[in-house]
Amino acid sequence: MASKKTPEINGSSMADISFIALIFFLMVTTMDKEEGISRRLPALPTEEQKAEDQKVNRRNIIEVKINSNDRLFAGNQPMDVRLLKDKIKEFLTNPNDDPNLPEKKVEEIEGLGPVTMSKGVISLQNDRGTTYSKYIEVQNEIIRAVNELRDDFSMKTYGKKYAKLDSDKQDLVRKAVPQSVSEAEPKDVKKKK
Amino acid sequence: MAKFIKKESGDIPAIGTASLPDIVFMILMFFMVSTSMRQTERKVKVVLPQATEIAKLERKDLSSYIYVGTPTNQYVAQYGTESRIQLNDSFRNTDDIRDFIAAERENLSEVDRPFMTVSIKADQDTRMGIITDIKQELRRCSALKIMYGARKGK
Repeated sequence: MASKKTPEINGSSMADISFIALIFFLMVTTMDKEEGISRRLPALPTEEQKAEDQKVNRRNIIEVKINSNDRLFAGNQPMDVRLLKDKIKEFLTNPNDDPNLPEKKVEEIEGLGPVTMSKGVISLQNDRGTTYSKYIEVQNEIIRAVNELRDDFSMKTYGKKYAKLDSDKQDLVRKAVPQSVSEAEPKDVKKKK
Repeated sequence: MAKFIKKESGDIPAIGTASLPDIVFMILMFFMVSTSMRQTERKVKVVLPQATEIAKLERKDLSSYIYVGTPTNQYVAQYGTESRIQLNDSFRNTDDIRDFIAAERENLSEVDRPFMTVSIKADQDTRMGIITDIKQELRRCSALKIMYGARKGK
């Protein structure tokens, strides 16, 4: 009489099978991290907005231009990328209330109280011939300047670095130190060619 | 003295492989969780520019990708060496972005649509002209959240 027990399944090939599955996953999947520089594009301007744009005070704008030879100009001066960060920081903080640097305004932010904010806007312009890597490099410097200002602000307010704050406070700091970069309309750039 | 009988001389005992399947399964699980399926075949060469102040994309499933770069070797004969745009699996023009965005938007649930991010993965040697065209087109279809792909460096 045959035994009623079902024979045990031989498990020794399990390792091989799972190896095959492992190798399959290694081949068809990617692990590249999704990282980069986040930006919000401005919505297409309506006619009214176009008229309004021209009213912005000259002193509140710093023009950062990159020409087709990847040369950088900030506020109509040629500049090295390494110096851009400090220039932007000076522009956004205006420590000595220089009349040529942007005005400040005091705004009430819920949860923070009145905060002195800069009205400065960084206008980033590029040529069609600018290389992408230079453009990202300049974007990166601007973000770095803003991030350092945020760090300063959060050190002053909360005594902690921005990255160590919880997300509600980070939102507040972001509101107090906005990243006001405008990426210019391309047609303006063409004119300057 | 039975206690001190020498073990069979010299032979190294075989390593037990009973736990091997478990170990491999563990690695398998790790890869299944931490990786994502490759969705498109890259037809353009993309070396992302380097940046230090990069942020992580929060919701991978809400992002659409636009690749910009020179065609890879096998497509050079057909498409030349100029920078091209790749949407999904094919070379496209800026005019096709509108349809692409519309289709991608359609794929998302209504709640998620405002959070759709367009990730622009462009080669570092690309000229800005083509990027500017893409940006303008994206503004026209009001896909305003974008991300310039970059890798950590310097």
